[in-house]
Amino acid sequence: MNRIAENFFDLAVMAKYLPSIIDGVWVTIHLAVLIVLSGLALGFVLAVVRAFQIRPVNWLIVLVVDVFRALPPIVIMIVFYFALPFVGISMSGFVVAWLSLTLVLASFAEEIFWTGILSVDRGQWEAARSTGLGFLQTLRDVVLPQAVRLTIPPLTNRTIVITKSTAIASVVAVQEILTQASAAQAFSANTTPLTMAAIAYLIIFFPLVVLSRWVESRFGWKR
Amino acid sequence: MTAPLPMLDLKGVRKSFGAIEALKGIDLSVARQELVFIIGPSGSGKSTLLRCCNRLEEPTAGQVLFDGVDILSPGIDINETRRHIGMVFQSFNLYPHLTALGNVTLALRRVLKLPRDDANERGRAALDEVGLAERAHAWPNELSGGQQQRVAIARALALEPKVMLFDEPTSALDPELVGSVLDVMRAMRESGMTMLVVSHEMGFAREAADRVLFMDEGEVVEEGAPARIFEAPAHARTREFLRRVTGH
Amino acid sequence: MEALIYNFFNLEILLKVHPLLLKGFWMTLQLCLLVVPLGIAGGLVVAVAYSFHVRWLNWLLIAYVDFFRSFPPLVLLILVFYGLPFIGLEVPSLIAVLIAFLLNTASYYGEIFRAGIESIGRGQREAARSTGLTGLQTMVYVVLPQAVRNVLPDLISNTLEVIKFTALASVVALPELLRMGRVAQGLTYNPTPLIAVALIYLALLWPIVRLLSRLERRTMAKR
Ligand SMILES: Nc1ncnc2c1ncn2[C@@H]1O[C@H](COP(=O)(O)OP(=O)(O)O)[C@@H](O)[C@H]1O
Ligand SMILES: [Mg+2]
Repeated sequence: MNRIAENFFDLAVMAKYLPSIIDGVWVTIHLAVLIVLSGLALGFVLAVVRAFQIRPVNWLIVLVVDVFRALPPIVIMIVFYFALPFVGISMSGFVVAWLSLTLVLASFAEEIFWTGILSVDRGQWEAARSTGLGFLQTLRDVVLPQAVRLTIPPLTNRTIVITKSTAIASVVAVQEILTQASAAQAFSANTTPLTMAAIAYLIIFFPLVVLSRWVESRFGWKR
Repeated sequence: MTAPLPMLDLKGVRKSFGAIEALKGIDLSVARQELVFIIGPSGSGKSTLLRCCNRLEEPTAGQVLFDGVDILSPGIDINETRRHIGMVFQSFNLYPHLTALGNVTLALRRVLKLPRDDANERGRAALDEVGLAERAHAWPNELSGGQQQRVAIARALALEPKVMLFDEPTSALDPELVGSVLDVMRAMRESGMTMLVVSHEMGFAREAADRVLFMDEGEVVEEGAPARIFEAPAHARTREFLRRVTGH
Repeated sequence: MEALIYNFFNLEILLKVHPLLLKGFWMTLQLCLLVVPLGIAGGLVVAVAYSFHVRWLNWLLIAYVDFFRSFPPLVLLILVFYGLPFIGLEVPSLIAVLIAFLLNTASYYGEIFRAGIESIGRGQREAARSTGLTGLQTMVYVVLPQAVRNVLPDLISNTLEVIKFTALASVVALPELLRMGRVAQGLTYNPTPLIAVALIYLALLWPIVRLLSRLERRTMAKR
């Protein structure tokens, strides 16, 4: 028991490294918020573009979306960070992490929005068009409002999963929580900083997980 | 000579759901080969009564004797007991992931532990009894409501029960499909099955029931021969109910 | 163009390092074949335990599930990997990785199975019990087959995520595919191995992504 206290909950170590963990927390939150905003926006735009059903454009969207859903985020970040510079594209670790996870979230979001759009009955399109609404008007005023409701639970879950992956940014030297904690662990030769990181993640994400449970019961369809 | 042992004997059965008293002390004895018919308004406790007979609901108080054995006593193997008490539900409750034959043979294989071939043979015979031998390999969603309910009856029959409980077996059916299910029930009656039937099919009750019970608000209000209950009900509540369901 | 081919699609390099990549590939495959069944088994235990509807147990299970859904898998991995030795548990690194993944994946699988079990109406259970099946038999032969079918897209989707997670093991130097790719890159000063790793993941996982798109479209349309 003592051993656990010494190695995982050493108060002196905690006090010493708290500031750097808090620095990490801000970087994580900053990164996560940027990813959520740009990822959801890009995903939404892609889904709307796809609704126009222009063959070559759709193929391109499906290709990109499939690739970023299939690849592990850590592989994407490592390729962006360690391979792209060889062909003259250099980005900071923060930009790499932001771009990678934005593309991943956008891909999942596009797929979810698109599935939502498809799930709206054809009759809705026909009814709206028969009253003289244009394509975009129908999409905006009739189809999307119905589609979005369906998409809220899966989007919430996916967004949480992907914002949690910001921890992977530690691999490309972003000074987020896990990086700070690993460095502190190395300095102090003690696991306490990792415990602190775990607690920090718990504080950030536990409320979100509980929220997603609520969203599921509020908007989820009875299956 | 003592009177023969009743098949089912309920003594002072009570059931409460929180503050709601669904059954307020029911005494009911069903003799061998008897068909007892239960009528009553929605919410009067008919389903709860049936479900107490195989302990899908645990009675709050009272005794349920099945073939002389108290099925509420702690030592009882309820799963062994249940296979002797067939039940048919309003909503069929066929297993959608199994074929008609699969539905009928599941308990044969898992409860009676019959080998697959024996189970299939017995399952087919049960389907044959309800006139669906040729639909053995159909999936539930490929069958009409009447056919689904007959498969559900076969599922219970295959276990060779001593008594069958029917909870509104035709209420979920289109009118033109009701007849096929009643035909099967009639045949079961003729072959001597003991039956406890909750239903609104008054015509069937008149023709096939030995006794009709009228339930209201968790109590048996009156009981008697079908002709007596339908033609000369003793209680105002019974008269009122019959007037509403028969529409005059 | 030439630089692109030389750096990303260098056959000579690929020929040289392919034994490394092959070794990594087998490790990844092994990891998947251990992690996925373990996670599914863990998830089933969680979900079936939940279905007994014992109040205190359910609180405990939900707490477990939400707790581990709040940690980024990478954080859990690092905590378990570096933490276990500190409490005197010297286990092989593969075992440490498996423990971390099991904690994480069982909670996700558990949540999916739970939703599946709850989607099966009471009537199914009652019909089964009325024919004498025991509670466990009812679960195994009647409820679970239908439950699994109802949540099949979620199960496959989670399995895809779990397979992608295995790449995280590279961070703790488990010699799986990504790790070997990075080793190969270090040896050759050429990022071709990284691109090859990405392409291998793509070849492996793209069919699953396609399948999922179809399945998800079908289930959402049904609601
Ligand atoms: N599982 C349950 N929980 C709470 N109340 C119930 C439950 N089942 C039945 N009841 C209540 O018990 C009463 C009798 O119900 P039921 O036996 O289904 O009546 P019937 O089959 O005659 O329509 C009703 O008031 C009903 O609301
Ligand atoms: Mg009822």
